[in-house]
Amino acid sequence: MPFYVSPAQQMRDKAEYARQGIARGRSCVTLQYEGGILMMAPNPSSALHKISEIYDRIAFAAVGRYNEYENLRKAGVTVADITGYQFDRQDVTARGIANYYAQTLGTIFTESNKPFEVEIVVAEVGEQPDGDQIYRITFDGSVTDEPGFVAFGGEAEKVSAVLKERYSEGLSLAGAFGAALAALSASGNGERNEIVGTQLEVAILDRTRSHRTFRRIRAARLEELIAEARSIAEAAAAAASASDTPETPETSDAPPAAQAPETPKAPEAPSDSAPPTGPTRGQTDSGSGINGDTEPPL
Amino acid sequence: MCYNHGRRFALSSYLDGSQTGPFVGPNGDAGRSPSRPPASFMNRQSSSFADFLGSHSPGLRPGSAPWAGESGPGSQAVRDLPHGTTIVAATCDHGVVLAGDRRATAGSMIAKRDVEKVFRSDEYSAIAYAGTGSVGIEVIRLFQVELEHYEKMEGRSLSLDGKANRLAWMVRGNLGAAMQGLIVVPLFVGYDEESGHGRIFSYDVAGGPYEEHRFFSIGSGSVFARGAMKKLYADDMPVRDAVLACVQALYDAADDDSATGGPDLTRSIFPVIATVTADGYRRLTDAESQEYAEQVVQGRMTEPDGPQAPLRNG
Repeated sequence: MPFYVSPAQQMRDKAEYARQGIARGRSCVTLQYEGGILMMAPNPSSALHKISEIYDRIAFAAVGRYNEYENLRKAGVTVADITGYQFDRQDVTARGIANYYAQTLGTIFTESNKPFEVEIVVAEVGEQPDGDQIYRITFDGSVTDEPGFVAFGGEAEKVSAVLKERYSEGLSLAGAFGAALAALSASGNGERNEIVGTQLEVAILDRTRSHRTFRRIRAARLEELIAEARSIAEAAAAAASASDTPETPETSDAPPAAQAPETPKAPEAPSDSAPPTGPTRGQTDSGSGINGDTEPPL
Repeated sequence: MCYNHGRRFALSSYLDGSQTGPFVGPNGDAGRSPSRPPASFMNRQSSSFADFLGSHSPGLRPGSAPWAGESGPGSQAVRDLPHGTTIVAATCDHGVVLAGDRRATAGSMIAKRDVEKVFRSDEYSAIAYAGTGSVGIEVIRLFQVELEHYEKMEGRSLSLDGKANRLAWMVRGNLGAAMQGLIVVPLFVGYDEESGHGRIFSYDVAGGPYEEHRFFSIGSGSVFARGAMKKLYADDMPVRDAVLACVQALYDAADDDSATGGPDLTRSIFPVIATVTADGYRRLTDAESQEYAEQVVQGRMTEPDGPQAPLRNG
């Protein structure tokens, strides 16, 4: 015997279902830095990506069910390539891709029995930092413009709180990386999960590059970045503890170096003292398995 | 079940294909309808962009435009289209060189002096065309997107053989137009990461690929260029020597073929030269290209026919 279910109830049930699915996964962050946009996700797999290239200046990050967001990623690449082929490469925009995703997810949410359990971020790096765009699209097709930074996925609120604290405009890559790392580490109920390089998926949209700006950061370069971010955090922590207890430095209970990243409200080190920000030659790749820089030495 | 007749009606011309829009599918279906997303973008089975384009917007495929009126290779309309001319390729020490002259001709007229016929197809390959310029540009553009699209979809590049085969299929797709006179033939070169050597692939209007060894040349001046290369080429030449040999061959082609342009010192227009090695694709800068061209022209001041090969072996 069929039961009547009101549309309002149906929508609530679907939204609840999708939210629960997404909440099972871990969070992902996307934030701006002076040289582009950094995307980072905890991901133990090096083959099944959460972060990918869509077009020359556009990248994609997703959380939720792999088969669903992989399908959306491929659709996004297709839309971008078709648009670029029909018109011109510069006519492919993050806004267009985000709108496509919003429309698709919105329709799936209303028309199909099972909504997609995914959350997506589409980011575009501009010629200048004020041209950067970050869009977040949720399972029901709502799209929001997120200036500066965004955390999304299972523990988004907690991650976002830490990220908001640590983020500032014009961070260096290492600074932004440190902020993202701290934010992702904060996701386990107040208890710290130390994240190591092999469990991280990191990619950037590099403003300084021409043509395809998407680069994955892996292996040696990733370890280097982790070390840089740690040293920045330590320096900041030392400066903070020195200014907190100027009279009695001997009795200072400053945290030991290993715990330095935990120090809350540590001010960011000035970017001019930060180490070089661009990826080193041969240590990044384009996501294609081809290692190395695209510009060979002259 | 459809609640939005009004909107559908307003969009009907867009949706039934009577008016072309950016996302109209083969039968105008493709659903850019407000209630149905362009589902055709989802659940893709193949990673080929050209295949997708063929089913989604076949009108955008190169050579797909309807052809009306006088046709055939001899027709005036076809003869008056700008044609690209001579391309030379040579493998070298762990790489390959691809070079093309800058002239496009329309019948006996010079249509363009600074046309570019050598392009990057992806990080480890390059492509050039000879024949009808407009069709050549379109084929190459589609091929570039095809390679990049596959790479993004699959997370890895096609093998060099895979790229060469893909191009063969795309050239064959233009066969109908070629039979009507819009002939275009590419020359494809790449660095094979497996073997660490450069490779050359040639095509005819019906496809291919034909793998060429050592060196090859296509276009109206190709006979003269190949003759020159035969005397100048040595196995495993350093990249610089291979580039110089290609520029010499292009000079010889321009010397004897009216449709091939030589280095234009007065306007500073020099051949486009690209190298593909383990470091990837690289187009020589105008200054570098000028250096090679001036070296060749300087040599021809005293020896107009170019360097002499030894008459007897050994």
